Amino acid sequence: MAASEHDVVRSELRWALVVGGFVAVTMGLTLFAALALHRNPPSNLERIDPKTLHLSGEFTEPNLGTRVEANGQITARIVATQFAFVPACVVLPEGREVTLRLASPDVIHGILVSGTNVNTMVVPGYVSQVHTVFRTTGDLLMPCHEFCGLGHSQMLARVRVVPGDQFRPDAQGRISCGPQ
Amino acid sequence: MVRNKGLILAHCWVAFAVFAAACVLGVWQMWVRSPLAAPYANPDNYFLSVTAHGVSMGFVLTTFFIMGFGYFVAETALQRELPGARWAWAGFAIGIFGTLLAVAMVVSGRATVLYTFYPPLTANPLFYIGLVLVVAGSWIWCVLMLIAMAGWKHANPGEPVPLAMFATVTNAVMWLWTTAGVSIELLFQVIPAAFGWTDTVDVGLSRTLFSWTLHAIVYFWLFPAYIAFYTMAPEAAGGRLYSDTMGRLSFVLFLLYSLPVGMHHLFMDPEHSTGFKFVQMFLTALVTVPTLLTIFTIAASFEIAGRLRGGAGRFGWLRTLPWDRPMVLATGLAFFMLWFGGGGGLINMSYGMNAMVHNTSWVTAHFHLIFGGTVVIMYFAIAYRIWPQLTGRAPTLRDRQLQRRQLWLWAVGMMVMTLPWHWLGLNGQWRRVAHFNYEDPAISWWGPWVIVSLAGGVVLLVSALLFISNLIRLHGSQSPRIEPLPARYALALHPPSRVPASLNGFGLWNALVLVLMLIAYAWPIGQFLQTPSPGAIVHRVGGAN
Repeated sequence: MAASEHDVVRSELRWALVVGGFVAVTMGLTLFAALALHRNPPSNLERIDPKTLHLSGEFTEPNLGTRVEANGQITARIVATQFAFVPACVVLPEGREVTLRLASPDVIHGILVSGTNVNTMVVPGYVSQVHTVFRTTGDLLMPCHEFCGLGHSQMLARVRVVPGDQFRPDAQGRISCGPQ
Repeated sequence: MVRNKGLILAHCWVAFAVFAAACVLGVWQMWVRSPLAAPYANPDNYFLSVTAHGVSMGFVLTTFFIMGFGYFVAETALQRELPGARWAWAGFAIGIFGTLLAVAMVVSGRATVLYTFYPPLTANPLFYIGLVLVVAGSWIWCVLMLIAMAGWKHANPGEPVPLAMFATVTNAVMWLWTTAGVSIELLFQVIPAAFGWTDTVDVGLSRTLFSWTLHAIVYFWLFPAYIAFYTMAPEAAGGRLYSDTMGRLSFVLFLLYSLPVGMHHLFMDPEHSTGFKFVQMFLTALVTVPTLLTIFTIAASFEIAGRLRGGAGRFGWLRTLPWDRPMVLATGLAFFMLWFGGGGGLINMSYGMNAMVHNTSWVTAHFHLIFGGTVVIMYFAIAYRIWPQLTGRAPTLRDRQLQRRQLWLWAVGMMVMTLPWHWLGLNGQWRRVAHFNYEDPAISWWGPWVIVSLAGGVVLLVSALLFISNLIRLHGSQSPRIEPLPARYALALHPPSRVPASLNGFGLWNALVLVLMLIAYAWPIGQFLQTPSPGAIVHRVGGAN
């Protein structure tokens, strides 16, 4: 019962080793996931002026939605604004690498896509970019998950994931959900 | 014998009155989000309520309780008169004035920006000024704690500062560092925007400055719970603190590793590179160390108590612990809930894995478990322990029974509320909306689970009201009048006669905090000074003018 001061220090040190091992394993797994599996948070550090993004360049209205680039890269461009996404629905293929690019002209927004690990904040002043591969087909929910004002709860978009053979963009490489 | 009873009671009662009101709002919010029809349900009221709930719990309950408890510890652990009691009352008055200002703005719908502000949304400037005043009141407390410790050290040269006071001053030092981030954000970005002096806000910078405060503030809230674990629970259980040094070390590690880690709130943000996110994730992982050391030391202290009471065998000491004592029971329940809250936190901090849960109900569940399940339940236990000292009324057997019932209700309510939130969060239930469309087949299965968590919320409200009633009973005449004994703190198994100077003061640790903060934040903040983000236009929320 009567543990000497020496015993106390020894047992605490033993436990500290266990704790140190636990932290090391956790860090090791995270490092492995980051370096070997490329599991990194979205951090592309790309700036854009929220006051003018709708006037010229990538996020003007005709450029929004899904586009297959000449090199085959599939990108969906979406503007998150109080209190809607433009467009409110994007079509993307199952099983292929796709890129979501989002920007906000007004306040902070954020998105997740239900049933996937797609998640990013949309901060005015920056382009948020997420690379992913969708593994299930169907209409997935893409809500705004950050408070952006009293209409925040209405901000809900959809990602329509279609099987690869039904993903048929037009001659310009564009594809949309069509009239809702 | 406590001299400044009125001062301590005033702080604690403000804290708990605001807490009870915030619990009512919390339950109503869950009701609004559930499939059941709630009264007054519209987005204006909902977000007004979320703002009031967050500000009340995060800024008012915690700050006032920590100040009141700090004054109690300074008087009883140092066994000297509190220096500058009039300054303490001045700090209280400033805090009350600030609270009234902020509450008036929130209630009148001029400050619906939630307690995390979200510029470029801006509220009425008086809302922010009110909150700055609450913080300014707490700075007076920090200075008084430093003066009290310095005075004691001067009178007792070379003696180790009693652990409870050492921890309280660690918290004061940490709080001064912590509040710098949010204060800079408010004074240089948000308040000028709210007054209309600036038209745009650098949102990258404001989010980074707020993140500086956002993790350490949680440890500010948590400190009283840890002070109770180390210096009250072992004594209440009838044992000894296993290691005083481990206590000092844990408190110092909290000071070091709660500040340079706030960017783990910004993992999903586009304005920072993966490199700095990784650095801060690594530092965040280190903050698990003092928590795990604490669990070991307190479990060992409880084992001593249980064995002294006749517990034998590997786990027999658990049965013989005096679980009927509120402090012992609350510690047990807090440790139980800390496994869930802390485990969830480990997933949140895991860098890439954060994408799975960011801004889902999982996170709401995590911080409610930490805040309610570890922080606030120990505030209850501390109040039950110090109230007889303050009112001169001993708890009767009936009082004790009601106190135990209240603690159990709190723990059960907390688990019933947060387990469904975790599950729904993993399934993508997003945060901060006033309602869900349960007609949507993709989410209709959420409805019953949301109702289960609402039931947990109702249990929590019952517990909160019972807590208030239990405290009022300790003022009343049905409890016998006693001559309060001096407050007792746990003795260490081997009480230190000398501790290294580094563990008896803060010079070295302040220098290390500075180094860590420079590593973690110098460039993440400096980049915006070098090249500001493109400005976002200020958006005044409804009625902000």
